[in-house]
Amino acid sequence: MLELTPEEWTAIQLSLRIAVWATLVALPFGVAIAWVLARKNFWGKSLLDGLVHLPLVLPPVVTGYLLLISFGRRGPIGAFLYEHFGIVFSFRWTGAALACGVMGFPLLVRAIRLSIEAIDRKLEAAASTLGAGPLWIFATVTLPLALPGIIAGMVLCFAKALGEFGATITFVSNIPGETQTLSAAIYTYTNVPGGDAAAGRLVVVAVALSLVALIASEWFARRAGMRYHGE
Amino acid sequence: MLVVDVQKQLGDFSLKVKFEAEHGVTALFGPSGSGKTSIVNMIGGLLKPDRGRIAIGDEAMFDSTAGVNVPPHRRSVGYVFQEGRLFPHMNVRANLDYGRWMSGRKADTAAFGRVVDLLGIAHLLDRRPGALSGGERQRVAIGRALLMQPRLLLLDEPLASLDAARKAEIFPYLERLRDEASIPMIYVSHSPQEIRRIANIVVRLDDGEVRAIGGRDILEGAIADLFA
Repeated sequence: MLELTPEEWTAIQLSLRIAVWATLVALPFGVAIAWVLARKNFWGKSLLDGLVHLPLVLPPVVTGYLLLISFGRRGPIGAFLYEHFGIVFSFRWTGAALACGVMGFPLLVRAIRLSIEAIDRKLEAAASTLGAGPLWIFATVTLPLALPGIIAGMVLCFAKALGEFGATITFVSNIPGETQTLSAAIYTYTNVPGGDAAAGRLVVVAVALSLVALIASEWFARRAGMRYHGE
Repeated sequence: MLVVDVQKQLGDFSLKVKFEAEHGVTALFGPSGSGKTSIVNMIGGLLKPDRGRIAIGDEAMFDSTAGVNVPPHRRSVGYVFQEGRLFPHMNVRANLDYGRWMSGRKADTAAFGRVVDLLGIAHLLDRRPGALSGGERQRVAIGRALLMQPRLLLLDEPLASLDAARKAEIFPYLERLRDEASIPMIYVSHSPQEIRRIANIVVRLDDGEVRAIGGRDILEGAIADLFA
């Protein structure tokens, strides 16, 4: 029943590649910003917090449009990146990954921030008396203790990236083989006469992928949590 | 050896203490809220005094006139906290080894074995802190502080969270530590019984000030005060 055509396979592989890259590239920024928001007080903190959460509340089409005018080939950031590094986002899968990363970022930051805030800072003080400087404390105490939250945030970001539609299609359009993700492919098939079967197959794949991601995150989080309670 | 002469304002509470500690065990004794924990936090570098000077040997750890404030990770001051504060994500062996790891020194199995034997924790090495009893946890915390090879050991009410039976279990280890390890110790407690057993010198504190410094006999005065 579930025999996929090459085009459908391409959309699935592309979606996975985009979601993995979006999550992995967003991760270091997400950890850094979550740490800053959890631990530092500075002028403009609410503004940074607001900017990070903006994609969560903005219509995705608006986020996509903002990306288009700033990261497009003629946009200020896009032009700079193209001239100096040869990086192009518009109408490429990299642009889709950027859009998905931006959309998933608030979920990533939120989960990591909560887990960093839950860490007993007295443990970090104990590490400092044992000779650990700030970077070592972060690497050996803060980061491992925040691991369940980091995993949860990565899964949320990955799932969001996998399902992202509005910002992606606005920013990089819907080009088969380049920017046509799983969601965009389903949308396209539902608009084509006789495309129901293909759309149905991709829906099954989407449900399966999301379920696997959820179960995997539960398993990782439970394992990480178990390490702190007993053997 | 240790010279403390500091002032600190904490809200309404003002702390102004001056004392020196030589080898052996110096006890900081006083009721809750007398500033004992603030003082050890300042010695360990976790709390910054407003004014004054803290020196170990002839090396200043804090000196407000010279603008010196050595961060805690460069002080080599071991700290045993009231609640242990073992790292929950590491097993006992990794907790014990943490200070050595951070210092970049090579593993010293002989020293490790000595401390593990001294504290009777050899059977706990592969467990995680979550699986230890309160008494076991405190013994591991003492071992962890010892194995960083500190020049001074701070013990902040290390027995306060334990019941009488667990206290009795740990006390012999503390006495062995005093007699066998040649590290000067600052022992914080509000319990005269504990201090009578362990201390060489007693610094009696009340309301952020030193009331008396002397041998164990000044405890008697303190107890008399309580009933005066």
